[in-house]
Amino acid sequence: MAERSFRQEVGKLRLKAGEEFRGEGILAVAKALLQSGVTYVAGYQGSPISHLMDVFADANDLLMELGIRFEHSASEATAAATLAASVNYPLRGAITFKSTVGTNVAADALANLASGGVTGGALIIVGEDYGEGSSIMQERSHAFAMKSQIWLLDPRPDLPSIVRAVEKGFELSEASNTPVMLELRVRACHVHGSFIAKNNLRAGFTLADAMEQPVRDVSRIVLPPASFLHEREKVEKRWPAAINFIRKAGLNEFLGEGNAEIGIIVQGGLFNTLNRSLELLGLSDVFGRCRLPLYVLNVTYPIVDDEVHRFCSGKRAVLMVEEGQPEFIEHNLNTIIRRLDLGTRVFGKQFFPQAGEYTATVMAKALLEFLEAYQPDLIQGRSNLENSTKGNSSIDPLVHPRPPSFCTGCPERPIFSAMKLVERELGQHHVSCDIGCHLFSILPPFNIGAATMGYGLGWASAAAFNTPNTERRTISVMGDGGFWHNGLTSGVGNAVFNKSDGVLVVVDNRYTAATGGQDILSSTAQNSLRTTNQPIESAISGVGVDWIRTVRRTYSVDQMRSVLREALTTKHKGPKVIVAQSECMLNKQRRIKPMMRKLAKEGHRVVRERFGVDSDVCTGDHSCIRLSGCPSLSIKDNPDPLRSDPVAHVTDSCVGCGLCGEVAQAAVLCPSFYRASIVSNPTPWDRFKSVIANALIGFLQKRNERRLSQ
Amino acid sequence: MPNTVISIAILAMGGEGGGVLADWIVDLAEHAGYFAQSTSVPGVAQRTGATIYYVEIFPSTNSVNEENLKPVLSLMPVPGHVDIVIASELMEAGRAIQRGLVSRDKTTLIASSHRVYSMTEKIAMGDGRIDSQQLISAASDAANRFVCADYAKLAHESGSLISAVLFGALAGVQLLPLARDQFEAAIQRGGVGIESSMAAFAAGFDSVNLGDTSDHVSVPVSSQLGPALAKLAKRIEQSFPSASHKFLYAGMIRLADYQDVDYASDYIDRLEPILELEKLNRDKKYRLLCETARYLALWMSYEDAVRVADLKIRKQRFERITRDVGCKKNQLLELEEFFHPRIEEIADIMPSSLGRWLLSSKIALRIKMGGRVVKTSSICGFLQLYLIAGLRRWRRGSLRFGVEQKRVLAWLENIKAVATTDYELAISLTESQRLIKGYGDTHHRGNANYEAVLGALPRVRMKDIPSATLKSLILAALADESGNALKKALQAL
Repeated sequence: MAERSFRQEVGKLRLKAGEEFRGEGILAVAKALLQSGVTYVAGYQGSPISHLMDVFADANDLLMELGIRFEHSASEATAAATLAASVNYPLRGAITFKSTVGTNVAADALANLASGGVTGGALIIVGEDYGEGSSIMQERSHAFAMKSQIWLLDPRPDLPSIVRAVEKGFELSEASNTPVMLELRVRACHVHGSFIAKNNLRAGFTLADAMEQPVRDVSRIVLPPASFLHEREKVEKRWPAAINFIRKAGLNEFLGEGNAEIGIIVQGGLFNTLNRSLELLGLSDVFGRCRLPLYVLNVTYPIVDDEVHRFCSGKRAVLMVEEGQPEFIEHNLNTIIRRLDLGTRVFGKQFFPQAGEYTATVMAKALLEFLEAYQPDLIQGRSNLENSTKGNSSIDPLVHPRPPSFCTGCPERPIFSAMKLVERELGQHHVSCDIGCHLFSILPPFNIGAATMGYGLGWASAAAFNTPNTERRTISVMGDGGFWHNGLTSGVGNAVFNKSDGVLVVVDNRYTAATGGQDILSSTAQNSLRTTNQPIESAISGVGVDWIRTVRRTYSVDQMRSVLREALTTKHKGPKVIVAQSECMLNKQRRIKPMMRKLAKEGHRVVRERFGVDSDVCTGDHSCIRLSGCPSLSIKDNPDPLRSDPVAHVTDSCVGCGLCGEVAQAAVLCPSFYRASIVSNPTPWDRFKSVIANALIGFLQKRNERRLSQ
Repeated sequence: MPNTVISIAILAMGGEGGGVLADWIVDLAEHAGYFAQSTSVPGVAQRTGATIYYVEIFPSTNSVNEENLKPVLSLMPVPGHVDIVIASELMEAGRAIQRGLVSRDKTTLIASSHRVYSMTEKIAMGDGRIDSQQLISAASDAANRFVCADYAKLAHESGSLISAVLFGALAGVQLLPLARDQFEAAIQRGGVGIESSMAAFAAGFDSVNLGDTSDHVSVPVSSQLGPALAKLAKRIEQSFPSASHKFLYAGMIRLADYQDVDYASDYIDRLEPILELEKLNRDKKYRLLCETARYLALWMSYEDAVRVADLKIRKQRFERITRDVGCKKNQLLELEEFFHPRIEEIADIMPSSLGRWLLSSKIALRIKMGGRVVKTSSICGFLQLYLIAGLRRWRRGSLRFGVEQKRVLAWLENIKAVATTDYELAISLTESQRLIKGYGDTHHRGNANYEAVLGALPRVRMKDIPSATLKSLILAALADESGNALKKALQAL
């Protein structure tokens, strides 16, 4: 079960022909898949496509009705391999993941798939995590499309265009026996809009049909000599078929007024931003009626030579608006134009920045330069542009960066608090990180971690650091998500086989927390669709690790510290794994809060815990914050008129995880922390104890008061 | 930029309901028959990081073009062309300005005046906070209209999230062509926590016209004194300049509270020589006296187990916590404290000779002290602390008391010695007390830093502006926990 429930959205997936769908872009994709008669969907969750996975997980009944198989794949490679079902059978299938990281993982399967080609439509929906808000390396999925010859769709970022891209994507795939990649940028995935729905379609040919009448065709398997034929087939058959389809279906759009001497070619996904910057320059309006010819590439690979010819003929120059680098399309255009021997000049990165996101301001600047060089009389909104390029840097010292961090009460925080404390005793160690929430350890206040090489690769990226020439060991961190994704083999198996002496901490928080709290093999939740409750320790021990320690409650910093200390100092040679368990607090709160509220309402005894700081005991050193960094542990004005440094302060959002108290004890910090337990519906015994205690305490407090009023 | 499109950027942090706010706005616009688009780049920023939600509304109900075209709206705010910026917190308002989203000719900025401190501000060893006033005046300068109030407080008071208050403020600024009841209908359609959201909405709506009514006045020093202290207060009033009264009163009350009236009297005695020095210097503000009064009181009320126990058992504390955690009449409150006493802290409150023996004894050092959780709301736990607090009567004979008095006197002598030749340096010297704070390891580290800084005093005095040099050493000591900055600063001397 994911962090967010999509029960409400599931209703939207049932909309019938003519009804209006309103919602998020990525959910529109989900509806479009159902309208296209898809028979199987698989993927690996991650921003910005998690919601597609989550809504399908909640829509199981509907999927069963339509005969659709939906899988939470073990990895993107698994998802990509799933598309093998479309190789021999007329089955439409779709997979989804975050790109380019997911595409990297999937690359092996995708290359094999693209070589042999497909019979049924195969759609790869990638969330292009590029630009603002991205959490990964800045690369382009475009390169994968080109290298494996997978067609790449980059539709305009409005719901009707996105839905059409899904529907036409399947057709294109089938018409050209080639898998198709649908690229959606972060904002397009999350854009709220509407489109007119069609009925969902149940596929005529089903998975059962395929399984009962299996087909094999050696010519589709990547093995010589077929593999050599595949390459030929790609360029001689599939490419022309695709070009034909794209032209006939009119997937790319020719917009704007057609007779100027210059024009603009743009990736479909950038259309809205381009239109806004054209508006700034007075060259378009809010309905996208541009006064310049536009060629909108809703298919960015392959480029249709004929269409380029048609658009560029008679033009002195065209501007290619292509985000990211290398500028593959620009290169392609130049080649086409040179071969056609057209006189048109192609500009792109010459005016645009080589790297970075193309915002409206960036685009308007480049447009201005282009127009000044070729048609200065068209420019109208120069002053608009001046307004938009004015940043304000005088405020810089007042604004601190606010990077993401561990949530309030996160069970991963104490692991790093303990690591910091061990560091004080044993000195610094090389810490190898992974992908997941735990990577926030590299930021203040922890500042722990040296490198991250990819999901599940935490231990693998410390592989070189194994030498008898030092007693010091390395520490690697891996989340449960990364562990099941590939870390069990690439990290743990590798360490066993190569006789590593390193230490691995597996953060077992019962979900793939960073992607939105989806279940995995080791989740402790009961999930009717999936098999859970498979202990990580069993898997680790199964591949041959004999030094395994489990910390069942990460919040006990003292225990966490002793286990870490033991792992780093034990005489035991060989791989050492610590499994640090505690439930992801974000998901836990979502799970138990309504439950507690209900119990309290029904009159049951319910205890809510939260922490606090005594302002008069706190001296304002903030050591506690440096060892914890919890969002609910903040500072406030010192109520003491003699002190100026702010005191620590626990805000209302505290969930009572207990880390403050544990850290204060383990690090011998200060006695300012208290835990307040608020008991709703106390039992008679509770009340009795409380009355007696309060009588005595009240009496002694009164005595004390007399002294203070001297 | 067409005038027909209304653009709204929302800057919030993960978990504040920025997404809910954006959804409300879209729902509001769509129900009015308008075309609305929203988007965001949450990514990992949903985990407490800064996030921008962006909404565009095309406020026209009929297609104004013959081709029946739909408006093409932007997916990101364009600097210089944003009509409304909503910031859930003051530094986020600053971030909007930094990104150029707030423009003088166009933008209405709605921002909450409360602060959610950044990690950089929180982890400082002293005071690393950004001045809110600077942010407020920057916002006033940058925006066409700046609407600001403590929306977090309003949200808290109405038992809702800040998003509902901000939605109210958005309605209050009356920039959208929509009426208040249309806004409220959007909340009702949302369906979750309607009652509290409506209250928060109303509070936000009203705040626009009332402005920020929150007061930032700090609590004044208690003026109600018992008979014994009143005598001392009179002495302060008669022999010390009025500029210093604030500090001396606070110091006197603190020390009487900490120990007894005699101790408060000792405090005033110790300040007499400083007053004499001031007479020579003729500084009208009596800065040295004030600063010495402040830091002397803090030093003399050093934190020991007795003090902590004394503070933990007080009636006002129990009342304050009951209030702070929102414990209602029909609920019970249990309180637990987290202690980690070391042998050193035990020895501190013992009679000097016994304490010294304990520290030098090999057997005692072998005793491992673990962390202890004491339940102050139970009879047993309360009595433990009550008894420790009662040791106050014998504090003057304790090991730590002797040590601290010696050090305080040495510090005072140093100040006096320096003040005759370099008044400013003496002021900086008083401030060195700031380094000594905390408990256990923290206190130990602070002490070491203090000694290191004081040890450098002869070298500091040879510098051009010794007072500034000393100040920079103090700041270096507060710069990091490892002491690297201080080490560097000392080497550079």
